[in-house]
Amino acid sequence: MAIKGAIVVDTERCKGCGVCITACPKDVIALAKSVNGKGYNYAEMVNGDCIGCAGCAIVCPDGVISVYKSKIND
Amino acid sequence: MIFNQEIIKPENLVYTKTKVLTDNVMHYCPGCGHGRIHRIVAEVIEEMGIQDKAICIAPVGCSVLAYNYFNVDSLGAAHGRAPALATAIQRLYPDNHVFTYQGDGDLAAIGTAETMHACNRGENIVIIFVNNGIYGMTGGQMAPTTLIGMKTATSPYGRDIHLHGYPLRITELLADLPGTYFITRQSVHTPAAVRKAKKAVEMAFQNQKNKKGTSFIEIVSNCNSGWKMSAPDANKWMEENMFPKYPIGDIKVDGVKVSK
Ligand SMILES: Cc1ncc(C[n+]2csc(CCOP(=O)(O)OP(=O)(O)O)c2C)c(N)n1
Ligand code: SF4
Ligand code: SF4
Ligand code: SF4
Ligand SMILES: [Mg+2]
Repeated sequence: MAIKGAIVVDTERCKGCGVCITACPKDVIALAKSVNGKGYNYAEMVNGDCIGCAGCAIVCPDGVISVYKSKIND
Repeated sequence: MIFNQEIIKPENLVYTKTKVLTDNVMHYCPGCGHGRIHRIVAEVIEEMGIQDKAICIAPVGCSVLAYNYFNVDSLGAAHGRAPALATAIQRLYPDNHVFTYQGDGDLAAIGTAETMHACNRGENIVIIFVNNGIYGMTGGQMAPTTLIGMKTATSPYGRDIHLHGYPLRITELLADLPGTYFITRQSVHTPAAVRKAKKAVEMAFQNQKNKKGTSFIEIVSNCNSGWKMSAPDANKWMEENMFPKYPIGDIKVDGVKVSK
């Protein structure tokens, strides 16, 4: 059993500020190469190392990150 | 992505935006601290179950539209006059939770008198004071809180004490007033800082519930646009430059100044 996390970014509301990237202890987040409707490179998960700590969501100024966490059988 | 499928289910949700904030897209610049400060206030309101009792007094400044985001009754005050308006509303509705949300230009420049006198009267209000060392809304002019040497639109060669005076630590001044019950200075640039700041906001609303007088929370925040930096760089610059002048921590707790 391992604790695994995942985030869902409301990409249309993300402003690509990068604050969540700095806050993530596991380097899970990067800005996408594509942009949203406002022209911002939005944040996205780039690997499966998320631990569901919610650090990214807590510092996101626009409250666009939701965090999920669960025990997963490896 | 494939690694998410097993995890992203409603029963595994650990964090999402509080419903005490509306779904309106905030007009703040990318990375601005205002959004985070809104959220911790809204989360406390939700957790204390006081959404129908909370009344937001919005300022003039970048957060002038705060009432578009706080899903509570709100009023907009004339520039700097939020503590006066809050006084009136709180006295009319003593069991409600009236809070002001003000920037440093609003609270510590044009509104200095209203701030001082509301605190001196010990009005039972919560004041959220967002100190970003600049007038963000109007394009980055010098504020009373601007640091020595800091370049702004109206101090292009840096703030000069001979010309502009010293950075004003209004929060420390307010701690001298017997009306203030709880005074603290916090920040919201890291997850740990946000959690601590939220605890302070909760303490403030609890004090208000217990009719203790004025609770005043300064939050040292970033104005990455006014400072002309990226948001992550602005947070770093804030730690290195703002915190020495505006140290984080409690200043007055339960009506007693914290000895340093
Ligand atoms: C009576 C009056 N004087 C001046 C202004 C112009 N004005 C608008 S916002 C502002 C200062 C805002 O700075 P601050 O309170 O620090 O808020 P921030 O935008 O930095 O969050 C000023 C001077 C005004 N709107 N009304
Ligand atoms: S902190 Fe929020 S708005 Fe900024 S890039 Fe990350 S998800 Fe987007
Ligand atoms: S929840 Fe924690 S580990 Fe997962 S992406 Fe956010 S900051 Fe990184
Ligand atoms: S101007 Fe400054 S304070 Fe105003 S929204 Fe932009 S970053 Fe925030
Ligand atoms: Mg300001």
